[in-house]
Amino acid sequence: MARIQLDNISKVFGHHTALEHLDLDVADGEFFVLLGPTGAGKTTTLRLIAGLEKPTAGTIRISGLDVNSWGPAERDVALVLQQYSLYPRLTVRENLAFPLKSRIRNASADEIETRIAYAARTLRIEHLLDRKTDRLSGGEMQRVSIGRAIVREPRVFLMDEPLSNLDAKLRETMRSELKDLQRRLGATFIFVTHDQVEAMTMGDRMAVLNNGHVIQVGKPSEVYNNPRNTFVASFVGSPAINLLHGRLANNRAVVTPLTFELPVGGAGASEGAKEGAMTFGIRPEDVEVASGAPVEARIHDVENHGIEKIVTLRVGDNLLRASIPAQTEVKVEDAVRFGWDPEKVMLFDAATGVNLRHEAA
Amino acid sequence: MAAVSSRNQRFGRLVAILAIIAVTLVFLSPIYWIASTAFKPRNVATSVPPTVLFQPEVTPFVKLFTKRVQLKQPPTPEVYAAAPWWEKAIYDGGERILKVGNDVQLSQYPNRFLNSLIVSVVSTILAVGMGTITAYGFSRFRIKGEADLLFFILSTRMLPPVVVAIPMFLMYRSFDLTDTHLGLIILYTAFNLSFSVWLMKGFIDEIPKEYEEAALVDGYTRMQAFFKIVLPEAATGIAATAVFCFITAWNEYAFALIMTNRRAQTAPPFIPSQIGSGLPEWTVIAAGTVLFLLPVAIFTFLLRNHLLRGVTFGAIRK
Repeated sequence: MARIQLDNISKVFGHHTALEHLDLDVADGEFFVLLGPTGAGKTTTLRLIAGLEKPTAGTIRISGLDVNSWGPAERDVALVLQQYSLYPRLTVRENLAFPLKSRIRNASADEIETRIAYAARTLRIEHLLDRKTDRLSGGEMQRVSIGRAIVREPRVFLMDEPLSNLDAKLRETMRSELKDLQRRLGATFIFVTHDQVEAMTMGDRMAVLNNGHVIQVGKPSEVYNNPRNTFVASFVGSPAINLLHGRLANNRAVVTPLTFELPVGGAGASEGAKEGAMTFGIRPEDVEVASGAPVEARIHDVENHGIEKIVTLRVGDNLLRASIPAQTEVKVEDAVRFGWDPEKVMLFDAATGVNLRHEAA
Repeated sequence: MAAVSSRNQRFGRLVAILAIIAVTLVFLSPIYWIASTAFKPRNVATSVPPTVLFQPEVTPFVKLFTKRVQLKQPPTPEVYAAAPWWEKAIYDGGERILKVGNDVQLSQYPNRFLNSLIVSVVSTILAVGMGTITAYGFSRFRIKGEADLLFFILSTRMLPPVVVAIPMFLMYRSFDLTDTHLGLIILYTAFNLSFSVWLMKGFIDEIPKEYEEAALVDGYTRMQAFFKIVLPEAATGIAATAVFCFITAWNEYAFALIMTNRRAQTAPPFIPSQIGSGLPEWTVIAAGTVLFLLPVAIFTFLLRNHLLRGVTFGAIRK
């Protein structure tokens, strides 16, 4: 059992507040992703859990026990970093054996051999065992450093952007491998990333951080479909959500400067007696480009992604992205018509950026 | 075109090699001078113009290491016959001195040389050891007033050491530290420490702290992580720092002259003291100097790979 609880955690470095009143509750065996831009406090959170930093205020619990006063060695967590994670001068085998030789574990030679063999088989690095770490490729290095975590059979795996230094193809492979590994080990994973694709594809649940605050916690689908504010809405999802400034009048979005008007439905609108200035969010896949649609626009740009095309539509001064089937033939400056799914429109407070549905709840 | 440029290149190489040879000759000439003097007969050493070709002899070294007496009258044939070959050589060389009997009476040089070794080695180990640990602390922990403390450490080098020689001497005398090994070791350690801290901090800063953090999370203590991860990585820096500290301590003259006179006297103040009251024994002084140069040369030679990497550290490391 390794449930991780962060209770009202603050961390201050000198004059810089890295984390402020942070609460997190990660269930045992969960693949939990911390997502946020650079400087959001993700790595600090991870280092606090690992015991490499002490919180300025608040309590960290692992399996219900307050570990604030525990050192990193006692917490039985494994850490995988983006780089520099392998011990130089040692071979892959020595790297894998290193954590087992610590005085805390003091494993026997047989035990070490068995565990290294298991980790090497799991990660398919058996052929690398006698190589020096500086003779490994990026992907191999990252596998070895994950292996060094596996041999310990820790209660928690902490991963700090482990895939960021890999090329796109390898990153994709490693994503599914890691997810698969977590399922087989049944261990708690806390995975830090700034890449929303990793968060969406790997996380059982995710927390979106910004400026040292947790903005939203939830399943990736919840966060995607019902973002708490415009920051989350625009950070999660690729291509990014369309955010349009306008007014709400009679359940219609009037996008200013007065260029078009479309209906809005769904929970936000039905409760939204509140009319007036507003930010409307609509995901590109919910924008429909069709000949009978209500608004006329020009094609500003076309990106062919193979399985679909992302077109940027221009209406007056507003730009808006839509995904359309790859077969559709469009050229820049073509005149097209579009509409949107009124049920999918999200309403955000124009001033605070908070999703009105969250505000009502 | 290719042939021309390759010919130009070859010419360039030739010029470079000649230049290197010339510079090397210039730098080696004093060393050649001192080394050749150490093997010259006494009258040849001071001849003008200097003699280049001569019959080398080891008598300067014999005189350096052993003692003998001034003869009031020529030795009897029996005494002369009983003397070992080197004593005969000295006597035949025109000097009215001879060691009588078979027991070898050592001069003070081996003892002074040993003093130099003890003081330099111990103070180097202390300065580099303490410097490394201090540098590690400055490099890895948030320390209040870090910049001020580091500046304070550096500031101890801003005063020419000789300025404090007299007060130091008075302090040492009241602590009974004059003419002791401990006294010189403390002094040289203090001289080298600031240098060692600064140099080592640079080297340790270059070692990613992620290595130790990984070790901490892997179940090691800070101390174990330091010895297992940081020290091997810092070996190059430690070697470079050690060479510099050793050279400083080995060559130190002024304080050794003031603080010691017999028991703990090191080689630098001893060698010139052998000029003596009569004619300067140039060949003996040269022999002493040649031997004095050896430890630094050997030490530097042993650590040459580390040293080269060490002094060019920042430049070639990614």
